[in-house]
Amino acid sequence: MSGFTVPEIAWGPMVPVMVVLLTAVVGVLVEAFVPAAHRRAVQLTLTLAALAGSIVAIAALWSDTERTGGTDVLGGSLVVDGPTLVLQATIALLALLSTLVVADRVTGGEDAFAPAAAAVPGSDYEELARRRGLRQTEVFPLLLFATGGMMVFPATTDLLTLFVALEVLSLPLYLLSGMARRRRLLSQEASMKYFLLGAFVSAIMLFGIGLLYGYSGSLRFADIAAATATPNGMEGLLVVGALMLLAGLFFKVGAVPFHMWTPDVYQGAPTPVTGFMAACTKVAAFGALLRVVYGMLPGMAWDLDVVLWVVAILTMVVGTVAALVQTDVKRLLAYSSIAHAGFVLTGVVALDDAGLTAVLFYLLAYGAATVGAFGLVSLVREQGPGEDGTTTLLGEATRLPQWAGLGRTHPVVAVTFTLFLLSFAGIPLTAGFVGKFAVFSAAVEGGAWQLALVGVLASAAAAFFYVRIIVLMFFTSPHDAADDAPAGPTPAVGAVASDDVADGGTQAAATGVAVATSAPERATTTVAAGEGLTVVAVAVCAVLTVLLGVAPSPVLDAIASVAVLLP
Amino acid sequence: MSLTHYLVLAAILFAIGATTVLLRRNAIIVFMGVELMLNSTNLLLVTFSRMHGNLSGQVLAFFVMVVAAAEVVVGLAIIVTIFRTRRSASVDDVNLLKS
Repeated sequence: MSGFTVPEIAWGPMVPVMVVLLTAVVGVLVEAFVPAAHRRAVQLTLTLAALAGSIVAIAALWSDTERTGGTDVLGGSLVVDGPTLVLQATIALLALLSTLVVADRVTGGEDAFAPAAAAVPGSDYEELARRRGLRQTEVFPLLLFATGGMMVFPATTDLLTLFVALEVLSLPLYLLSGMARRRRLLSQEASMKYFLLGAFVSAIMLFGIGLLYGYSGSLRFADIAAATATPNGMEGLLVVGALMLLAGLFFKVGAVPFHMWTPDVYQGAPTPVTGFMAACTKVAAFGALLRVVYGMLPGMAWDLDVVLWVVAILTMVVGTVAALVQTDVKRLLAYSSIAHAGFVLTGVVALDDAGLTAVLFYLLAYGAATVGAFGLVSLVREQGPGEDGTTTLLGEATRLPQWAGLGRTHPVVAVTFTLFLLSFAGIPLTAGFVGKFAVFSAAVEGGAWQLALVGVLASAAAAFFYVRIIVLMFFTSPHDAADDAPAGPTPAVGAVASDDVADGGTQAAATGVAVATSAPERATTTVAAGEGLTVVAVAVCAVLTVLLGVAPSPVLDAIASVAVLLP
Repeated sequence: MSLTHYLVLAAILFAIGATTVLLRRNAIIVFMGVELMLNSTNLLLVTFSRMHGNLSGQVLAFFVMVVAAAEVVVGLAIIVTIFRTRRSASVDDVNLLKS
């Protein structure tokens, strides 16, 4: 046996990731040692500082990377090149904005998370925890761990690191999905569905990794790419392994046919968490997908093209068509995010340098609009008579009829939401338009004009349901919408939940209250101001969306100057 | 016994695990199916490691064990929370989220 050779580690390029992960570890210690009263302030400061520090570190690495093209870190397990830095910066920035939304206490000092996530919904213990003002400040370290995993995910050129990064980013998200303060049964259900499906798919992906290892005898992308060049009679392993690996990545980006979890999880999870995972997970997973398709499997491009084409077309069509019939804002945005995964995939299919720049820009534009949109959804609340007879803020008003007339009562909110919707729809002068234009033109140049055509048609159909919300907000009065709504003001979901629990014969009344959307007959829709953190995040997202739409060239040029994938 | 037998056994175990996930209704059993899939992959990795004569596969197998343990912690926490709320761990009872 040969002696152990110490691997050469380039610490410098790892700083952006290390800052985030080490702060997460410190965050866990804070939970143990800092008194409860100060925990939230300490955790929030730490989290924001870590993410900001990470962005600064990426900026410091930028010029070096632009000059040299990038470095291998950890003996080639990670590679820090231009696309890595762009994706990491995007993830850190979006996570920073999401942290503001997550931290905001919208209703009377209560944030979006359960006071004690382990308490049974509707139990005395939960009520006691609520009255005592308990807080689950663990969300901040969890958020940082997820962000750290996401920042490693697109940088990895090694199947082992890919798998570990996938789990590091997924496990905290499973937990965060189940911690909503209101509608806890829905939240827990989302968490369980996400967990079981996610674990299933990551097991499939792992088996694919095993087959690829069997084919090539190495876990490095570059070695596998070299092995595909010389046939060795085990191509069956390669094809099946590659497809199973892609299945895992398609699950994470929410592409059809692995999209079934998306609407349920996006609807059930606490809205700030939904915004975080919708934006950041997608950025990270597309980064990893780029590296796998173009770093590891270029020798299989001919076979994989068919798969990517079919998945891209199905994703665009299914996402758009299903979004047309949704009646819940979060569910609608979930289907719209599926459609967006399809649009980005067209850029991935037609990858050249222009395509890479387009995909990276699209992810930034989509992420900014997503965090902003979900931030606004978390502010639009039901309002009803509270315990002592005064009007208090209740849960989020996510049913579409409840948004009717919002343009008249709260014009600023409605206009900002309209801006995000227009960006999703790809209307000129918004970031979404530039992103879509770049992606589709790259697809046409890459010879995939049929894909671009499907994409344009799907965008046109998608514009319909975005405009439907805009019409609802500005040109429909609340009364008309209430008459149109089949279930009336009684929330359908809440009713089902109560019945369900009553059938079980346990804690019927108490749990019913905790589960239901808590909307009494006369609940009206209003907009909560919160502590201002969400407002700041939404404002930054809106500015980004407009700036990237009006003057995209500096950002596009900056991305294009570094957009070369290292093997 | 040739190494191919181990690969076939790994594939069979993986198929049994996947079938368990798709067919069984109890969340705990479903989760056990996932664990079986992960462990069949470990067998696959170790066998390939032997065939290729390098250690990467064995190293990955160790990482898989660690990740599986972490997954158990998170997964059981979620399933137990649901069970305490609903007095049922059936995945069919978890059906509030629908379009």
